[in-house]
Amino acid sequence: MKIKFSFWKLVFLFLMAAGFYATVIRFTKGLGASTHLSDQFPWGIWISFDVLCGVMLAAGGFTLTAAVHILNIKRMHSIVRPTILTAFLGYVLVCVALMYDLGKPYNIWHPLIMRNPHSVMFEVAYCVMLYTTVLALEFSPIVLERFNLRKPIKVIRGILIPLVICGVILSTLHQSSLGSLYLIIPEKLHPFWYSPLLPVFFFISAIAVGLAMTIFESSMSARHFGRQLELPILQELGRVLVVVLSVYGILRFEDLLNRGVLRLAFQPGYEMYLFWLEVALGVILPLLLLSQRKIRVSPGGLYLAAVLVVLGFITNRMNVSITGFERSAATHYFPKWTELSVTGMIIAAGFALFGLAVKYLPIFPEEHAVERPLQAGAGPVAATAVLGHAGD
Amino acid sequence: MSKALLYDNTICIGCKQCEVACAGQNKLPYDDTIAAEERQSGHKLTVVLTRGDKFMRRLCMNCQEPTCASVCPVGALQKTAAGPVTYDAGKCMGCRYCMVACPFGVPKYEWNKLVPKVQKCTMCPDRVAKGQQTACAEICPTGATKFGERDDLINEALQRIRDNPGKYVNHIYGLNEVGGTSVLLLSSVPFETFGYRNDLSTDPLPMLTFRVLSRIPDFVPLGGMLLGGVWWITHRREEVAAAEGRGHEAETDEQKGRKQ
Repeated sequence: MKIKFSFWKLVFLFLMAAGFYATVIRFTKGLGASTHLSDQFPWGIWISFDVLCGVMLAAGGFTLTAAVHILNIKRMHSIVRPTILTAFLGYVLVCVALMYDLGKPYNIWHPLIMRNPHSVMFEVAYCVMLYTTVLALEFSPIVLERFNLRKPIKVIRGILIPLVICGVILSTLHQSSLGSLYLIIPEKLHPFWYSPLLPVFFFISAIAVGLAMTIFESSMSARHFGRQLELPILQELGRVLVVVLSVYGILRFEDLLNRGVLRLAFQPGYEMYLFWLEVALGVILPLLLLSQRKIRVSPGGLYLAAVLVVLGFITNRMNVSITGFERSAATHYFPKWTELSVTGMIIAAGFALFGLAVKYLPIFPEEHAVERPLQAGAGPVAATAVLGHAGD
Repeated sequence: MSKALLYDNTICIGCKQCEVACAGQNKLPYDDTIAAEERQSGHKLTVVLTRGDKFMRRLCMNCQEPTCASVCPVGALQKTAAGPVTYDAGKCMGCRYCMVACPFGVPKYEWNKLVPKVQKCTMCPDRVAKGQQTACAEICPTGATKFGERDDLINEALQRIRDNPGKYVNHIYGLNEVGGTSVLLLSSVPFETFGYRNDLSTDPLPMLTFRVLSRIPDFVPLGGMLLGGVWWITHRREEVAAAEGRGHEAETDEQKGRKQ
């Protein structure tokens, strides 16, 4: 255990150092020196992974707040806080990544006053900005509670439902709009990924990934913070995940069939392999796993399926934004080490901040965390402290 | 009413005077090395391509309904009534969506500058506003690049094709591509020879995204009402259960739920 801890600490320090060095290069030498971007390939990994995947991975926030506060599924209450933490960190880190990618990051506030309602990017900018604010407010009771500030908690609690509704609407809009960004380039994007249904696909897959990330994050917390696993909740999320993935899978293939490009899926080629990788990881394997009752109720099976879904849809976003472009751009793009280091640093920062928040803030409902192995199974969760947690 | 350029590659002699004038007009460097570069870039806004004994200009098409202006979140790119699609570097935040979106792959970036700009031909908006021709049209020794009213130039192009059967490909490139452009091209060889796409839609591309975006004003209040309604129903159920004396039961349900 001790060796493992030091190993991860070393990895963390290494990622931070490399990221810092890359940051210096980015902001002293410019995008040309710090990326493999070019006139043929203007968007790289900072958009594909840090922004598109970042926003997608943070989708648990709106999915779960909607389930708990709007649908009133109270038993999921105990995992709302870590999910909001994940979402909030996710969005903050997306904004950080944007500062690297924008050519003139100090103009990032321009959409506030220079509006172009015809631009999908404008809408995404507004929604991400507003939703990050909503998440900050949804997260604030956790911080306020830590300092025992009751009055502001009461205020937040009073506006909680409108806040959650705003959050769900804003998320629906920009999760789908990240897909709409690509609607305007029918002639450039490979037919596997260009579809008039892109916004729908992005939205449904965001829900799937939101659920998967919640399972993933709960399992990780159980392993590393000595938390009990909320197995019944995760099993339920797993059941919902099956439904969402099935809907997505059916729509995806029906769309390919309708557009007459399904035959391309059987013509070997670079795009074909990555298409099948995405579909196998994100849809087919998780559905095969989760359709087995034995696997669906086991912590390990759920964890595996969740990781597959997350990896599958990361592949999907990378395909839409990188693979799908390479043919029309007539070039291959592979990120430069500086691009990878910055992304690595941002991911590492995400994990570290999550750990710090868990250490210093009342993220998990019960205080008496017990060290238990992952396979401990479905012990009753001591959730008596939930009532005391006012704002979430 | 709007101005345009007509380029005819049967008249062009490939002297690259347009490249020189363009660099001068936009205060960009120009020398033999740059003259040899066969592609548009952050420092070369127009280029004369050579394929055998044929030439072809490439420059921003200054579309009638420009995709770049539609996707720019801050409105740094604008279509002017006179024809040019202009760029305001002060507004630009460098998201490069215009570069991704342009169907002709025109906007280029100053990758190696710390304060980079998007670079593209903007059809000399200052000169056009003063009633002058663009720099490239003015300098062209043979009249291969001609400046004028778009409608007049279209008629002239049609006339040239009609008068010289067999000389031209029977197509005015830019007449209908993505809804029409302010740069019109005539060629004696297929346009694809020079990398011009022949698969572009004749509909303006901005509608593809605006169709979706224009639904947002309806979606927000409807979504809000729907979610609010669901919230009301799910919480009302609980209240009713409590009021009907099943309060105890409801509470145990709730506790049971928590403990699961």
